Amino acid sequence: MNVVPRASQWGELIRPDRVHGSLYSDPAIFEAELQNIWYRTWVYVGHESEVPNANDYVVKSIGPQSVIMTRDEQGKVNLLLNRCSHRGNQVCSYDKGNARSFTCPFHSWTFANDGRLVGYAFPDGYEGQDKSKLALGRVTRVQSYRGFVFGSFAAEGPTLEEHLGGAAETIDRLVRFSPEGEVEVTAGFLKHRVKANWKFILENECDGYHPAFVHSSIFGVADSAIGKLYGGASTAVTRDYGNGHTEIDLRPEFRKRDAPMSWFGTTEERLPDYTAQMKAAYGDQQAREIMIDGTPHAMIFPNLFIAEIQMFVIQPLAVDDSVQHVTALQFKGAPDMNRRLRQQTMGSVGPAGFLLADDSEMYERCHRGVLARSPEWIFLGRGEKRERKDELGFKVGHVTDEIPSRGIWRHYRSLMEAV
Amino acid sequence: MLSRESSATLLSAVTAFVYKEARLQDEHQYQAWEALWTDDGVYWVPANGDDIDPEKEMSIIYDNRSRISLRVKQLLTGKRHTQTPQSRLRRLVSNIELLDQQASGDIWVASNSMVFESSLRDDTIWAARNEYRLRHVDGELRMAYKKVILVNNEKALFTLSFLI
Repeated sequence: MNVVPRASQWGELIRPDRVHGSLYSDPAIFEAELQNIWYRTWVYVGHESEVPNANDYVVKSIGPQSVIMTRDEQGKVNLLLNRCSHRGNQVCSYDKGNARSFTCPFHSWTFANDGRLVGYAFPDGYEGQDKSKLALGRVTRVQSYRGFVFGSFAAEGPTLEEHLGGAAETIDRLVRFSPEGEVEVTAGFLKHRVKANWKFILENECDGYHPAFVHSSIFGVADSAIGKLYGGASTAVTRDYGNGHTEIDLRPEFRKRDAPMSWFGTTEERLPDYTAQMKAAYGDQQAREIMIDGTPHAMIFPNLFIAEIQMFVIQPLAVDDSVQHVTALQFKGAPDMNRRLRQQTMGSVGPAGFLLADDSEMYERCHRGVLARSPEWIFLGRGEKRERKDELGFKVGHVTDEIPSRGIWRHYRSLMEAV
Repeated sequence: MLSRESSATLLSAVTAFVYKEARLQDEHQYQAWEALWTDDGVYWVPANGDDIDPEKEMSIIYDNRSRISLRVKQLLTGKRHTQTPQSRLRRLVSNIELLDQQASGDIWVASNSMVFESSLRDDTIWAARNEYRLRHVDGELRMAYKKVILVNNEKALFTLSFLI
């Protein structure tokens, strides 16, 4: 196509039960997505625990943009763009560190870690210049939810809470797995690159139809109970929270098992310290309920996937080039649990992971496949006739139904049509 | 401390072992490769640097002996999609050095390698520093430890599903 559709035309490419293949492969559409999604809506950037101390920084991203997340001396989290206001040189060349300021190596312009220009070499050449007009660029709005830091380049628009909507509850549900109520992101990230459009990743995160086939090789040899969660007889559900946020809710299956920590393939007895801490924090009954239910499996649009024991951050670089950043979730105050979370995450995900290497193979084959000229459409109609509403009014369906994809595309269309 | 003569003999045996491992990996002879490991083998491919603490930070691979076995079993199912079809591979191994021989008999060895992978996605070149701890078991050399330090392990990497 290579011509971006006008607002009135997105509906021709995005139908209730199918989407056009060019949405994954057209470079012009990718550029439009950067403007209408990545540089406008709330995007997950990093976690407050990655910059625990004053002057800590870590380099993150919003799509192809390099973003420096800093904690300034006042303790405030800033999202700065890695571009000197003088001639455009990158001011930060390390992935993380502790620095009160960033000095550009080109002409020695120096910026405080809140973005202010504090000095330049040979200042007599800039007589009368107002330094406050030469700060680093920044992500316009920054808000945190329970430690998860999001940024939006739009000066106005929905608040983060309005954007998260019903899906905020999945983050609430996650942090309860810490006896102190806090997630920590401290184990470092694996970065897994795929030659595929980012939306193949986005849609797969809450696709419950594929595990039985894509992951049969590991379920079979690892004696895993995961496969049954995604079988025809499963009572787990897919959910559409609106605003593009989706979930696979496995709690109905885990509640049938009625065994704490079964969701994690273990028992209370094998995690005695964690179990004791959880009971002390929440009381016996609530701790038991939390540990039966298991952590959420939720995709926060457009790029934060809370994947039960790990989290992924999706980064699009080009129409056919994406990076999955993944790390083990760590629960503050739960060292024995955290060790197992790291071990299981390392086995499952990243470039050599038992699960993700095969998912990523599917993303790349889908990307090449969708370049074929016909049948033109991606069909997303599975379970359309058996959608129902849950008690809160969110759409739910069988765990293998394509409710998440349909929800993602409905929201995508609304963002692309907004001018 | 080894005599010059026994050191040369050992280097020759170690070199033969390293070449054999490379060939078994290139040719996807998974079970023969697994048989090179001792019962306490550790297979480690760090991410984000050479000397991270694998007990605290994420590695690309950090397999104990049972997870090495699981990795091989998964490949043998024939349903490991990312290796179906298998990558075509050839690797060059060089700079083989004996670094140390401990009183226990464990031998520390290092090498450099470059791997050419041809897969459905594209052709990919991988380069690494390899560190081994080898041990004689029933008269044969075996691997107790292999650490593969990819030169670009700080960057986003494509899928690495063959044996590196």
